[in-house]
Amino acid sequence: MEFETKHLKPASVPEASGRRTFLRRAAAAGALLPLAGAAASAQDTAGHSSHGSRDQYGNRLVGEVNHAANGFDPHSILRDFDAGTLSTGDNGRAVREWTITAADHEFEVAPGIKFAGWSYNGRIPGPTLRCTEGERLRIRFINASTHPHSMHFHGIHSARMDGVPGAGLAEPGAEFVYEFDAKPFGCHHYHCHAIPLKRHIHKGLYGMFIVDPDPTRHPEARERAASRLFRSPENANWQELVMMMNAFDTNFDDENEFYAVNSIPFAYFDKPIRIERARPIRIYLVNMTEFDPINSLHVHANFFDFYDHGTTLTPTHRTIDTVMLCQAQRGIIEMSFAEHEPGIYMFHAHQSEFAELGWMSHFEVV
Amino acid sequence: MGAGRIWLALPAAVLVLIVALLLIWRPLDGLSQGAPPVEEAAIEGVRLSPGLISLDVRTDGSEPVAIAQVQVDTAYRLFSATPALSGARLNLTRIDIPYPWIDGEAHHIALLTSTGAVIDHSIAVATATPVLTGASLGLLAAVGLLLGAVPVATGLLAWPAMHSLPRSTMNFLLALTIGLLAFLLIDTIGEGLEAAAETIGRLRGTALFWGLLAVTAMALLAAGRAKGASPEGLRLAVFIALGIGLHNFGEGLAVGAALATGSAALATFLVIGFTIHNVTEGIGIAVPLAEEKPGLAQFAGLAALAGLPAIAGTILGTQAISPLWNAVCFGVAAGAILQVIIEVGALLLRRSGPQHWLSPPVAAGVSAGLAIMYGTALLV
Repeated sequence: MEFETKHLKPASVPEASGRRTFLRRAAAAGALLPLAGAAASAQDTAGHSSHGSRDQYGNRLVGEVNHAANGFDPHSILRDFDAGTLSTGDNGRAVREWTITAADHEFEVAPGIKFAGWSYNGRIPGPTLRCTEGERLRIRFINASTHPHSMHFHGIHSARMDGVPGAGLAEPGAEFVYEFDAKPFGCHHYHCHAIPLKRHIHKGLYGMFIVDPDPTRHPEARERAASRLFRSPENANWQELVMMMNAFDTNFDDENEFYAVNSIPFAYFDKPIRIERARPIRIYLVNMTEFDPINSLHVHANFFDFYDHGTTLTPTHRTIDTVMLCQAQRGIIEMSFAEHEPGIYMFHAHQSEFAELGWMSHFEVV
Repeated sequence: MGAGRIWLALPAAVLVLIVALLLIWRPLDGLSQGAPPVEEAAIEGVRLSPGLISLDVRTDGSEPVAIAQVQVDTAYRLFSATPALSGARLNLTRIDIPYPWIDGEAHHIALLTSTGAVIDHSIAVATATPVLTGASLGLLAAVGLLLGAVPVATGLLAWPAMHSLPRSTMNFLLALTIGLLAFLLIDTIGEGLEAAAETIGRLRGTALFWGLLAVTAMALLAAGRAKGASPEGLRLAVFIALGIGLHNFGEGLAVGAALATGSAALATFLVIGFTIHNVTEGIGIAVPLAEEKPGLAQFAGLAALAGLPAIAGTILGTQAISPLWNAVCFGVAAGAILQVIIEVGALLLRRSGPQHWLSPPVAAGVSAGLAIMYGTALLV
């Protein structure tokens, strides 16, 4: 690994003592425990070992979201990359194609709370489109919703392909094909650019658009580029995670009620993201939070390197533990827990308000 | 007779038929197709104990309203709802939220329903809801006593001064009593409407308040005149004491609620203010007795009737009484005050004759009564 990783000294407190401390604290919080019943049992059925910090955390939602009924699960979205269909064009050039359908999509945003959202391909965030720089991309967009929608890509393309009213907006029942070259390499996104813009974005019409660097075009950093290239041998060891920071305004007062990564608040808090500490982590991070100017990600007990927009092969920030992103800003985090002791490590927005409204997560380092 | 009853039964049968058809065939469902459910909720009471916030939430809507999640200070919290999360129409749910609330600080609560709607409530100053132990009951009773019985009894001490006063001075004093009572009526109506506005829409708090005011006034007027003549002397004094007693019950509720919701720092001034304010109530009760010779027991009884309800009010007021019950209490109190205003007015009319009804002493008396009550209310 070419980036530097800070790590904690191994804790000097023996395991048994830590366990006792936890039990004592749990007893002190006894009055709270019966009330935590619903959430605690939800954890048990999820098959995860109980953990002190979670059981004692009063800052929680009560109940459990039905991911199956929603049609998407934040734990699947984490590692789900959609490479589309690759073929060779007339001129011998690689052509990658996808079909994306926008639809009205009511889903359970938090236990017991329904949100009348809009989605691409039945999930929020939409599919994570992954391609390699230089490819010709063709996206067939079908609007099966009751409102006009579009796909506006953050990439380099012609005005005709911009996905704004007058250039690629599809009326209900209509479709449009966006076609452009995959460039620049980096961590990008797409979203609906119909008007009113705030409403069309925050109801769920956005997704990640990752353009991997082509190692042959970057001889000076061939190894690094190859590690970014989806399904390359150099990429295989990386634990790559998709994290779309988003939020939902359930009462439509232009303030968010729920904050999350990949839509469901506390999803990775209640059921941590399993991390193998021997393997490095790469997080594709996009901020699609509406209404609040910025969002952030802070990792506990560790530091990371950050590539703003993912458009460089050397970090734009080195050895940081918090990164701040404005709306639509994004980047790539690279980090490692290789020298940490196994355990539960938090990560969350360091806007405490966002964290306490759902953008609170755990890595389970094993 | 038998034929007449059929004509009463027929409208009832037709009505049942109409309701049944609407409920079975549901012809109006087309109107509400796709419409989001109408939801309403009112937080009727907040109780704080160490580490716990308890809310009484009344919900109402076109469909059952479920409180799905709870925020305290913009953070989601574990909570329990009793009964469970599904609500029925006009359902009363108790929400218990373990939370390390901080004494003397503000906390903001938001309840999210299943549709994502948000019901906000702010606790302006957090302070523990008094636990009714022997000691706290004693203290609250003392506050109630200082609020009601003590000032009323103090005011009654002025009774000997009212002996053998000239007729115009007596008329002035009766008019003064009307002024005092008119102020109390305005005050009570204000409190009652405020509470009524906080109730959930379908309970129609405002209509309930005005209805109870009218019914109480008419019932007491009828009771007072059951023997034919309108009440005078001791009987009138008893009715005045009853009206003032009901008002003081409401005043006790307000003071109790103020003590329970963080105005404890003002307690001493609050009680001093009400004590001075309420001395005038005793004077009002004494006026109809000017030409009577009541015994000590009768004075004690009048003071108790007018003053002791404040004790019950103060104690109940600390326990987060719902705005609906507040509106009911104030409606009854306002009705009782209206009744005595009418009776004292009638007495004044009989004594002075129609030609002197709006004589300068009477006008001055009413004005002085209003002014005294307003002035002393500034101390509260």
